[in-house]
Amino acid sequence: MQIIRLIEGQPATDIDVWTRIDDGEPLPEYAPTMVSLARWRSGRNDLVRRNVAVGVRLASHETLEGLAGDLERLDLIALDFPNLNDGRHFTTARLLRERHGYRGEIRATGQVLRDQLFAMARCGFDSFDLQAHQSAESAREAFSEISVVFQPAADGRTAAHAIRTGGAGAHFSAS
Amino acid sequence: MYAYDTLDRTFVAQRTAQFREQVRRRLANELSEDEFKPLRLRNGLYLQLHAYMLRVAIPYGLVSADQLRALARIARRYDRGYGHFTTRQNIQFNWISLKDAPDILNDLAAVEMHAVQTSGNCIRNITTDQFAGVAADEIEDPRPWAEIIRQWSTNHPEFSFLPRKFKVAVTGSASDRSAMRVHDIGVRLVRGIDGAIGFEIWVGGGLGRTPMIAQLLRGFLPKEHLLGYLEAVLRVYNVEGRRDNLYKSRIKILVSTLGIERFRDLVEAEWTLTSGPGLRLETAGIARMQSHFRAPPYADMPGRSREFEAKRLEDSAFARWAKANLFPHKQPGYAAVTISLKPIGGVPGDLTAAQMDAVASLADAYSLGEIRVTHRQNLVLAHVPQDRLHDLWRALDALDLATPNLSRATDIIACPGMDYCGLATARSIPVAQRLSERLAALDEQYDLDQLSINISGCVNSCSHHHVGHIGILGLEKGGAESYQVTLGGSSAEDAAVGRIIGPGFGAEDVVDAVETILITYLGQREDSERFLDTVRRVGQDPFRRALYKQP
Ligand code: SF4
Repeated sequence: MQIIRLIEGQPATDIDVWTRIDDGEPLPEYAPTMVSLARWRSGRNDLVRRNVAVGVRLASHETLEGLAGDLERLDLIALDFPNLNDGRHFTTARLLRERHGYRGEIRATGQVLRDQLFAMARCGFDSFDLQAHQSAESAREAFSEISVVFQPAADGRTAAHAIRTGGAGAHFSAS
Repeated sequence: MYAYDTLDRTFVAQRTAQFREQVRRRLANELSEDEFKPLRLRNGLYLQLHAYMLRVAIPYGLVSADQLRALARIARRYDRGYGHFTTRQNIQFNWISLKDAPDILNDLAAVEMHAVQTSGNCIRNITTDQFAGVAADEIEDPRPWAEIIRQWSTNHPEFSFLPRKFKVAVTGSASDRSAMRVHDIGVRLVRGIDGAIGFEIWVGGGLGRTPMIAQLLRGFLPKEHLLGYLEAVLRVYNVEGRRDNLYKSRIKILVSTLGIERFRDLVEAEWTLTSGPGLRLETAGIARMQSHFRAPPYADMPGRSREFEAKRLEDSAFARWAKANLFPHKQPGYAAVTISLKPIGGVPGDLTAAQMDAVASLADAYSLGEIRVTHRQNLVLAHVPQDRLHDLWRALDALDLATPNLSRATDIIACPGMDYCGLATARSIPVAQRLSERLAALDEQYDLDQLSINISGCVNSCSHHHVGHIGILGLEKGGAESYQVTLGGSSAEDAAVGRIIGPGFGAEDVVDAVETILITYLGQREDSERFLDTVRRVGQDPFRRALYKQP
């Protein structure tokens, strides 16, 4: 499966190395393993003992509550978008980056539309499960269509307001 | 008024190009209608009954003469020669084809306009008092704040897929002309105990199926924290707001479910965590924004114009118009003029391209080249020297734009209804037209002043019927239109939701019903009591008895 990944802000197409393990399914021995929040909670010790990268995926109604202390053990957090209109995880991603200082991979999964990629990147997502019918080439362009932003977010871009007051980053900055 | 710089121009140009490409992909079927819908909505494009409708943003209702001329060109070239002003202080074009939409946005960008976020589940156009900057009762001009909020909300990455649409109004006066308390957030400039100016923040107002009046969320917010606080409110809403039921997804439902105290706790907790330096407004930045809205160069004039007084005595038609359509200006010798878009028997809020051009010229000649759109679907020329009012009135009269009915019985607010809108359950425009014809004589005879009649074509309440002094809601009952009437609503500082008077009326009878209500009022009113005050004093019974012929 193909994903889009941002590497130093630049989009590239990449191969997905993560294995999604459903609840109740046995854990693979070596592959980086992505589990549900429930599985993480119940099988946390088994998961960290293996010395293999672990990721957790959150359904759209799930929040970071109770997960903050675990973040440094997680290499990936996958945030699921069940439909085009459910924007809750835009907030989750920003909280991960800006409030919890999470440095691992934040992936958008589910109904991920090309035309949402830019907003997702601004909120801190850095990898994207593109739906099969969407063109990867076109998706890569989605990140550079707009160059002016009007509010600080997780991507550290300087907002228009801050550029105008001269303090690039001093006023409206997110770091 | 706010002037774009390179950043604003770049953004609007890029956004237009982006939408052109999205339309191309849709027309080439690379995007399904489902995928395209949220994209076109956030660019102002609705699919209506007969065609696409494009809603152009008029931030806080302010347009320049050149911008109005550009709107006239669009009306001519891409529509059927007219446009419709809405209760959101925007303009809608009802006969647009999809393939033209990118070109229209291009034309708009050339005059620093756009259709960004005029629809969709995002933060919508910010509205304010149409007399901002000229009202004598103003604590401070709300427009710089409206523009600060507009920019912050523009393409906001976190709040682009909210549970539902989100509307913000800002007012700077004690008398609320912005209907602040029927918005998701109402921001009101107030003076704090130590004399410093800050904001009251109201939350959870909104109409639709479950009308609610906003509650006070915070009594005083220092200016520098405006955006941080709004971001906290929006974040709580984005996470906690319901997404499983369209009719329960507005913030008003969240606020009423949690209770205002609990909601406030959540917001304040979030705010203490987000109120870092990132969103704090600096004095220099605020001052720079305020400089865009500095008072224009007024001439020194005496407070009372002899010319104006003389003409009023001479010309009774002019006097009548002046009595109804003028608003006192804080600058001596000036007045703010409302141009009624409610000619007797006309379509509320409609303006032809020729009229737009003419109004633009009049704005250049009489009012420093600036026009405002009101949430009552009228236009305002905000800076007219009193000496020149009579000339202006004659020019307006020749254009059929001098109807002397501001805030009177025939100043009816109506949504497009079944004539255009895909969601409508009944017609509203024809009802407004017939009502206007019927009530004109009654108004002339009995002075039906300070009256607001609002007609919506479905429960979405685009014309705010719940807060009309008389509200009319068009429903469909057994294949026929049925109009439900409410009394006693208000969108002003005494905001209230009107109460249903009884069973609905058919399309033929609703005009009679409103007339009966007004005749009953005339029989009950004490001195020059407003309709609303009479209803509040005597209650619904006298009206109900008259309407349903009860003893
Ligand atoms: S109130 Fe209903 S009919 Fe009228 S414009 Fe709104 S959605 Fe359409």
